[in-house]
Amino acid sequence: MKNLQEEKEMLQEESSIFNSTLQRRSFLQYAGAGAAGIALIAAGCKKDRNNPMEPGATGVTLDFKDDFGVLNYAYALEQLEAAFYIQVAATPYANISAAELAYFKDIQFHEIAHREFFKNALGAAAIGSLEVDFSKINFADRTSVLGTAKAFEDLGVSAYNGAGSLLKSTVYLTLAGKIVSVEARHAAYIRELISPNSFSNVEVVDMVNGLDKSRNPLEVLAIAGGFVKTKINVTNFNA
Amino acid sequence: MNIVDILEEIEKVDGEVYERFSPRRTAMKEFFNIGKKVSLAAVPMALGSMFTKAYGQSTLPSGVKAVLQFALTLEHFEAAFYTQALKASGGADFPGTAQGTSDKTAIGIISGHETSHVNFLKGVIGSDAVTAKASYDWTASGAFPNPFAVGNYGVFLAVAQALEDTGVRAYKGQAPALVGQGGVLTAALNIHSVEARHAAKIRYMRSQNGFAIKPWITGGNDSGVPNAAAVYAGEELTTQATISIIGINGTAVNAAAASESFDEPLTTQQVLDIVKLFGVS
Repeated sequence: MKNLQEEKEMLQEESSIFNSTLQRRSFLQYAGAGAAGIALIAAGCKKDRNNPMEPGATGVTLDFKDDFGVLNYAYALEQLEAAFYIQVAATPYANISAAELAYFKDIQFHEIAHREFFKNALGAAAIGSLEVDFSKINFADRTSVLGTAKAFEDLGVSAYNGAGSLLKSTVYLTLAGKIVSVEARHAAYIRELISPNSFSNVEVVDMVNGLDKSRNPLEVLAIAGGFVKTKINVTNFNA
Repeated sequence: MNIVDILEEIEKVDGEVYERFSPRRTAMKEFFNIGKKVSLAAVPMALGSMFTKAYGQSTLPSGVKAVLQFALTLEHFEAAFYTQALKASGGADFPGTAQGTSDKTAIGIISGHETSHVNFLKGVIGSDAVTAKASYDWTASGAFPNPFAVGNYGVFLAVAQALEDTGVRAYKGQAPALVGQGGVLTAALNIHSVEARHAAKIRYMRSQNGFAIKPWITGGNDSGVPNAAAVYAGEELTTQATISIIGINGTAVNAAAASESFDEPLTTQQVLDIVKLFGVS
C-alpha cells in the first residue's frame, strides 16, 4: 500500500520535479497520485499528520486488487451522497418548493438504497462507515445545496463511468450500469434547477464525440476527499 | 484524464494546491496554462486515436464490433428522429411559448449529441459501419399518432422519452459484452450516461408541459402510453442480485424508490423488437 503522506513529502522534497524532462505519461501518473494524496490529507487528516497512531488515522482502504475494491469505492461514494441528501431532506433550504423537496426526498432514498445495497452485497468485505465533512456547505442556501448536489452527481457519473473498465464481473458491471444512469438522471435534473438546458452541457459532455466524462478513482477521491474526514487509502490501483 | 480539470477541482476545496506541489506558484500556473492549451487541442485526436491504438480498426474483435454496429443502428435512428423534429416544415410542433422555445433548444442539444454519437461510432467501426435507413416509421406501425403532426407535441415528447429510455436500457444491456475491453467499454458507458441525461431532461420537459412524470422511472411503464409497455418491461424490479431493496436494512425505501434507484437493461432482442416497429433493423 502506498503511504500518501510519504508521497506528499517526497513531492515537496523534489520540488524540481516539474522542471525536469519527465515523460508525459509518468508525469500524469505521478501528479494524479500525488493530487489524490494531497487533497485527502489536506481535507481530512491534518490533525493526524504528526501522529499516525491516533484513532481514525488509519482510515479505510480501497484495495483494487479485485472487484470488491471497486464495489467498496462505489460504496464510499454512495455513503457520501446519501449523507448529503439526508441532510438536505432533513433541513431543506429556505423557501424550497414542494416539488423540489419531493424530488430531493426521492433522491435521498435512491442514494440510501444504493448505499445499503453495496453494504449488503459486500458483506464482511465492506469498508466501515465514513465520517463526512459538510462544513463547506450552507444547507440553508439553495445555491450552495444545488451547487454541491451538481458536483456530487456529476462526480458520481464520472466515477462509475471510469470504474466500469476496472470490473471483471459482468454481474457487477451491469449493477454499476443500473446505478450510474440513475445518477445521471439526478445530475440532469439538478442541473436544470440551476440553469435550464444545462443537463448535458460542455462541462460534462464533450461536444465533438458526445461523450460524458470518466474519472479514475484517484481523480474522484481527490475531489470527494474534501467532503470526507475519514482517510481513504487506495492500493493496487495504477492510473 | 485531464490533469488541469483535476487540479482546478482540488483548488476549489484546497486553494493552496499549487503551493503544495511546488512553492513556486507562478511557475506552476504557467506550466498548467501551457498544459491546458495543449490538452484542449489534443482532445479530438486523442479520442480518435484511442481505439486505433487499442486495436487498429481492422482488428476490432467481432463481438465488440457487433455491439458497436448495434449501437450505431440505434444512434442513426435517434439522430434521424431529432433531425426531423427540428425541421422548419414537418418538424415537431413546439408550442409558441417561452417553454416551447426552451424545449426546442434542448432538442437541438440532444440532436447534436446523437449526431456526434453516430460520427464517433462510424469512426471507430470504420468503412463497413452500418448506414441509416432512408426513412423510419415515426408512428411505430401505428402504435402512436404521428409525433410530428400539428397539435401532437405531447406525442412527440412521449415518443422522445420512450426512445431515450430505450437507449439507456440498450447500452446498459450491451455493457457485459464489452467487459475487459478497456477504452471501448468506457466510451460505451460515456454514451450511456449521456442518454440517461437526455432521458431525464425529456421527462422533466414533459412535466413542465403538464404531464405528471419524474426524471427517473417509477415502477414499470410510467410513460402514460400503454403501447410503450415493452420499453419499460422489467423496470419495476425491486430486487437486485437477490437483495431486496424495499425497506433494506430497516430504511424507509419504499417500492417506488426501490424501482427508481436502479435502471434495468434490455437484451439486444428486446431492443430490436421495440425499434423494428419504427422500421429499424
